[in-house]
Amino acid sequence: MASIEGKPVTVAGPAATSDLWTLAPYPVIVADASGIVVQANRAAAALMTGAAAGASLRESVPDWLARAHGEAVAHSRPPAQRSGSHDGEALPPASGPVGARRFEAYPTRGQDGEVVWWLIDGTGRQEAEQALSTERERTGFLVEASNVLLASLNLDRCMAATVRLAADYLADVAIVVAPPARGKLPVAHAVAGQDVVRTLVAADPSSLPGLSEALQGFPPLPSRWIDGALLPDWLLPEGSSGPIGSVVVTSLPGHGVPAGALILLRGTGHAPFSPSEEVFARLFAARAGAALSAARMYSEQRAITQTLMQDLLPPRLQRLNGVEFAGGYRPAETGERVGGDFYDVHPGPSGADASLVVLGDVCGKGLDAAVLTGKIRSTLQALTPMVDDHGRILELLNGSLLNSHHTRFATMVLASVLRKGHEVRLSLTSAGHPPPLVVRLDGSVEEVRTHGSLIGALPSIESHSAQTVLQPGETCLLYTDGFTEARGGPLGSELFGEDRLKRALSDCADLPAEAVVERIQMLASQWLHDGSHDDMALVAIGAPRTTHLSAVDGRTRGRYTV
Amino acid sequence: MTPTESRADPLAALRDDLWAAVTGRDEYQAADLVLGALDGGADAESVLLDVLAPLQAKVGAEWAANRLNVAQEHAASAITERVIGALAHHPATRTEPRLGRITVACVDQEWHALPARLLAEVLALRGWQVDFLGAQVPTPHLIAHLHASGSDAVALSSSLPTRLPAAHAAITGCQAIGVPVIVGGAAFGPDGRNARLLGANAWAPDARAAALALSAGLPGPDLAAGRQQIDDLPHLADQEYTLVARAQRDIVRKVLTQLEAALPAMASYTAEQRERTAEDIAHIVEFLAAALYCDDDELFAAFLTWTADILAARRVPARSLRPALDALASELKDFPRSVRMLDRAGRALDAYAPDGTPPGAPA
Repeated sequence: MASIEGKPVTVAGPAATSDLWTLAPYPVIVADASGIVVQANRAAAALMTGAAAGASLRESVPDWLARAHGEAVAHSRPPAQRSGSHDGEALPPASGPVGARRFEAYPTRGQDGEVVWWLIDGTGRQEAEQALSTERERTGFLVEASNVLLASLNLDRCMAATVRLAADYLADVAIVVAPPARGKLPVAHAVAGQDVVRTLVAADPSSLPGLSEALQGFPPLPSRWIDGALLPDWLLPEGSSGPIGSVVVTSLPGHGVPAGALILLRGTGHAPFSPSEEVFARLFAARAGAALSAARMYSEQRAITQTLMQDLLPPRLQRLNGVEFAGGYRPAETGERVGGDFYDVHPGPSGADASLVVLGDVCGKGLDAAVLTGKIRSTLQALTPMVDDHGRILELLNGSLLNSHHTRFATMVLASVLRKGHEVRLSLTSAGHPPPLVVRLDGSVEEVRTHGSLIGALPSIESHSAQTVLQPGETCLLYTDGFTEARGGPLGSELFGEDRLKRALSDCADLPAEAVVERIQMLASQWLHDGSHDDMALVAIGAPRTTHLSAVDGRTRGRYTV
Repeated sequence: MTPTESRADPLAALRDDLWAAVTGRDEYQAADLVLGALDGGADAESVLLDVLAPLQAKVGAEWAANRLNVAQEHAASAITERVIGALAHHPATRTEPRLGRITVACVDQEWHALPARLLAEVLALRGWQVDFLGAQVPTPHLIAHLHASGSDAVALSSSLPTRLPAAHAAITGCQAIGVPVIVGGAAFGPDGRNARLLGANAWAPDARAAALALSAGLPGPDLAAGRQQIDDLPHLADQEYTLVARAQRDIVRKVLTQLEAALPAMASYTAEQRERTAEDIAHIVEFLAAALYCDDDELFAAFLTWTADILAARRVPARSLRPALDALASELKDFPRSVRMLDRAGRALDAYAPDGTPPGAPA
């Protein structure tokens, strides 16, 4: 368009050596103080038809140049009161469009108050600057989008973040539709500048062309343009009242996992999507899709883990048939919630029957050990009716473990617990496990003398039970060796040991069972500081201190020991 | 509003009766008192915050003054806990969740769960869906819970300043996944300055203020900016915290050796007494590490004057702390911030008067 060659040329004056500028490839115009063109070179004449000697600038060049000329003249001939020389001062340049291109015009002073305008085509540079700033903005946006989208593994939050980003940068209204969950479509809407709205809609995705395919993640489809009038009502957010101009439906690529669809709406007042904006929207959709599918996979995996984990988590203990029970558990690995230690309390068929308490330790830690604790726990639950015969329970369990494919063995303590009057009667059997401890009202601590073989290693086992009675305020503590073998202390490398455990328990005379558990756990945790440790489990069995026996079946107790 | 809100008297009587029941270890009586008050129309939130919270504060104060022993303190907390459980089942406290979802948790290794429990109950009463994760929640558990639950905000409680580094990890962890954090508890200082330092989105001095701040809405963390943990605490660049925290056990051992050389009386200590002394030194080093983490001289000085109070209540002179501080200062002489803090705390200790705040120590 700016081609100069081959165009008719208007040359004013002879082409002397000093007038070589007339051949320059850049448009040059000389105009006098009254705005009349004195001379224009070939390039100028080619660019602006009519820009020839004698023509008025006002009629032959774009307004911005004519106006700049006027200012340059005023600048060159200052009012009389302006003192001093101004010849050295550069005149201010101007710029503006000529036809479809953009020029920069630099003025210099000619003779007799003339101004010479040197024009440079800046179209390319300006386009490059424009493109650069657009790219910078987009890169900034994509970095921001990545930061925001990668932050959460929560599906709702990811959907909200996606529509908020899209509504702020790409469209007037952004909608994400996620693949259906239980027959309904999770939808997130964002209208620019408003809060995100999340809803569950029972709607048919095929009511919007391309939506079903996008939700299935297959077959791959390019972004689809649809007529705003085709947009089903359930997709229209409540806050957007304006008429819809352009609508584009883009599938969110989930890399094998359906991630949903992104729908962008622009009002009639807003320019429709340009091809480069569409490419950009796809770049954004790729990031959003990756984040959404990661969140979806995480939530699915988490749901599976939760379900499988449910029976492996230590149970929450509470008062049962007039006996206080409290348990505490700390797995070896900080990030884990289960490990190789376990405990359970199985109530007898009626309040007059003994409950079976079990606390044990499967060799090893982590999930593998936890899986075996699950088997042992359910086996023991089934054996609860034999609560009066610990030897038989252990034999059956031993047989069952030997017959399983697990090669791990376990140690444990069984306790049959029955309240009689104010007392709690205990029958305890250790199977290769540290002996239970009892703290008496006077603070003395006794080891319960029971011992036996560990379980799951040898075809035949033996065990010796022991009996004890708890008076009100006394507590029996079952624990795993994670406590006694906790290494730490103020100097960092000492074992917590049985003596320290006994001393700690001695301070727990006459405490409620959960306070005993809390105190021992706290001391062990302080002992460990932040050091590594084995799984740690403990169960406290307490004879309630209260003398309010009348309340046992009364209204009060039932209300808060649910 | 119930009449109990305008007149403080019924609650004052309840407070006194409940104190007697809790220290008398009569949990049935304690539960009856609280449930009776609710039956009588008392406002559940007032019972939680104007009866049970002060009760718990009194338990702490009585322990500090050596009028309750540790076991009694545990027993009182256990009973209070059960009473809160009973209260939560009373029909008067049933509130349908209509607001958003809040996760309430204690910082890792923080055992004092009651303040957080009270907040959880208050938020539930006010109509929030509350996930109460309890005491000492490891940060990975908290984060996993937030990913799964999509909570709108986290309320994080910490009473021990030594848990501030862990609190910082938890705060930045939550914020990094886009969940704003409100913090509370004594660890953050009476004016919440450590909450600001660690970049919490809000701080509340008590449960009512926390509930108010949550209902006003917390500003969400700016994920786009990609904030780094170290940006909050540029002073960590000197690595003093890291070195002191990592070498903690070594430092304790060396200080103990120094003390044994300096104090002939220690030669006759039993193994248990020696261990107690080592624990005390370890405690001092832990607080020093926390003060280094926050670059907060006052945190360390306040801990020492508090320790002096506790010792005074047990008839141990505050000056017995001085040799340990001096030994620590000579062990850490190459660490300028540690030396500064030890010096400041030493001066506060020298000026300590058992019946009041030491002169020169700002409140």
